[in-house]
Amino acid sequence: MKDFNPAPETASIVSVTDRVTHVKLDAPATTVHFLGDVAAFVGAEEKVTFANSDGEAKPVTVHGGGILCSASDGKRIVMGGDDGKLVSVDARSNVETLATDAKRRWIDNVALHADGAVAWSAGKTAYVRAPKGEEKTLDVSSTVGGLAFAPKGVRLAVAHYNGVTLWFPNMGAKPEFLEWKGSHLGVTFSADNKFLVTSMHESALHGWRLADSRHMRMTGYPARVRSVSWSVGGKFLATSGSDSVILWPFSSKDGPMGKEPLMLAPLQAKATVVACNPKEDVFAVGYSDGTVLMVRIEDGAEILVRRNAGEPVAALAWNAKGLLLAFAAEDGDAGLLTL
Amino acid sequence: MSEAAATKIPVTVLTGYLGAGKTTLLNRILSENHGKKYAVIVNEFGEIGIDNDLIIGADEEVFEMNNGCVCCTVRGDLVRIIDGLMKRKGKFDAIILETTGLADPAPVAQTFFVDEDVRDKTMLDAVVTVADAKWLSDRLKDAPEAKNQIAFADVIVLNKTDLVTKPELAEVEARIRGINPYATLHRTERAQVKLSDVLGRGAFDLDRILELEPEFLDDGGHDHDHDHHHDHHGHDHHHDHGHSHGGMKHYHDEDMQSLSLRTDKPVDPTKFMPWLQDLVAKDGEKILRSKGILSFKGDDDRYVFQGVHMMLEGDHQRKWKKDEARESRLVFIGRELPKQAIRDGFAKTIA
Repeated sequence: MKDFNPAPETASIVSVTDRVTHVKLDAPATTVHFLGDVAAFVGAEEKVTFANSDGEAKPVTVHGGGILCSASDGKRIVMGGDDGKLVSVDARSNVETLATDAKRRWIDNVALHADGAVAWSAGKTAYVRAPKGEEKTLDVSSTVGGLAFAPKGVRLAVAHYNGVTLWFPNMGAKPEFLEWKGSHLGVTFSADNKFLVTSMHESALHGWRLADSRHMRMTGYPARVRSVSWSVGGKFLATSGSDSVILWPFSSKDGPMGKEPLMLAPLQAKATVVACNPKEDVFAVGYSDGTVLMVRIEDGAEILVRRNAGEPVAALAWNAKGLLLAFAAEDGDAGLLTL
Repeated sequence: MSEAAATKIPVTVLTGYLGAGKTTLLNRILSENHGKKYAVIVNEFGEIGIDNDLIIGADEEVFEMNNGCVCCTVRGDLVRIIDGLMKRKGKFDAIILETTGLADPAPVAQTFFVDEDVRDKTMLDAVVTVADAKWLSDRLKDAPEAKNQIAFADVIVLNKTDLVTKPELAEVEARIRGINPYATLHRTERAQVKLSDVLGRGAFDLDRILELEPEFLDDGGHDHDHDHHHDHHGHDHHHDHGHSHGGMKHYHDEDMQSLSLRTDKPVDPTKFMPWLQDLVAKDGEKILRSKGILSFKGDDDRYVFQGVHMMLEGDHQRKWKKDEARESRLVFIGRELPKQAIRDGFAKTIA
């Protein structure tokens, strides 16, 4: 990745904007995933649009309404919609309805396990279905805010009001409850399975060290944290919600406790979405003014991918090899960068 | 309407005690041939007789904000639902939110004050309370929720007027006015109200604050006199004792009152702002709604504010017109309002 070595004497920022393949989406996208080398832009409603590096866009209808959530394991994307359906789509555009809520409730959250298990939620109920098709449910005290599978074993974190419930769906044991007052809207495990972090309704993250349930408060954001991403090897958790990217250090056994976060790529705009490169200590970030940057964590060196024009950046993703970057703005203006 | 407000989706909150006729009104709104499409958030599926794919079931989850204050609560489900609805932007013109009959409207309204995403995308249009002409007087005695809903309302639809006699109607109206003299009141049978009377009111739009409220301008000072008069008496005395002003009965509610203050002298903003903030910080739990227009010393702009419990928002609105009296006016509706303390406090902010 020689692109990450900007010439030291250059005053202006290095730009690769001329190497971006433009993708025109018919409608706004809210998320993007890679299935192999094909970028799949998940629309706000009804469609997923596939695009490869030549920029050709191919929409596929997946839902009969708004698409509320999505997750991908690199082989398929599973989405929940306001049509009460849980739907998967693969790179060959095969669409499959995995579940339909009996009361047509919104499917608010979805998570995928490496072994093929899928978890989703509607209202206060979390569902897990193993690859063989056996379905288990768990009711929590309030509407589910987020779901995440632990990296090891079949264990599901269910975020909700006043905490997170940790559930082993295949075991009869009573789920473990990690309490912290407030509304928890998103949840993620560190890759080493040592830490659990939630994004809250308040402008803050909350974390637990799983070995002893010790609390980690990560506060100081001017806005709600909507996007988090683990850097390669789980060294940092990169987060949106501020006018720079806040990276909390997680490489020591105490995680970010008692440490200052890194603050990289400051702009006169709010970071809206972050995505760490899966191979290098580099992240991509999109801002409320439309800017997309690639940033090296080591020294904060920046490369411009998209200028500050147009709508806020809504979606960002790298392919598994870390050589393709896809982005989409709220108005459907999207692009692919090949490194 | 301000430019920012024009691009936001208006949200009408439909409240009212059990059986008052909320669902009747909602069905009427949805079935009327108005050419508009509404997203409807309801607490019970199945009661809506209209086929609409934008009906969302809500759970009325009331969340405390992290400062732990009971009056800083928001509707957590609303934050999530509005976020989800925004994915279907362009498919609907407005949102109608029906609360359960026992709901306190405050957490709904507060959600629009504190949640940045909700604020960015939507604007609270008005709290519309449907009241049962026959039973409201009883509910005001035994159901604090019913009283909250009346006190909180911008628009009151006094329904089922065909089931009461004229004196009974006058009685229930007087009781409503004793709690909330500022809401626009419509008498209806089977919730037959003009849609323009309940939708698109702009009651929370700071730019339109008070302009839509003749009650405020006409009755405000009038009510002030009443308050003043009542304050010299014991509460139990006038609770059930109506008296007549211009042919209309007037009741003073035992625990929910309003207070209107005005002055034609300029107000000192360096005194007023800290006083108001301190007032809602200390007594916000009692103050359900507050509104005001201020004429600040040495300032050619009108300053307007509104509040729900401890939450306030305010802004310079526009230049005072040449022929306009530069008068400052404040209104508070609340439970056991510390009236004299508010009066004295406000008097000290006069420059």
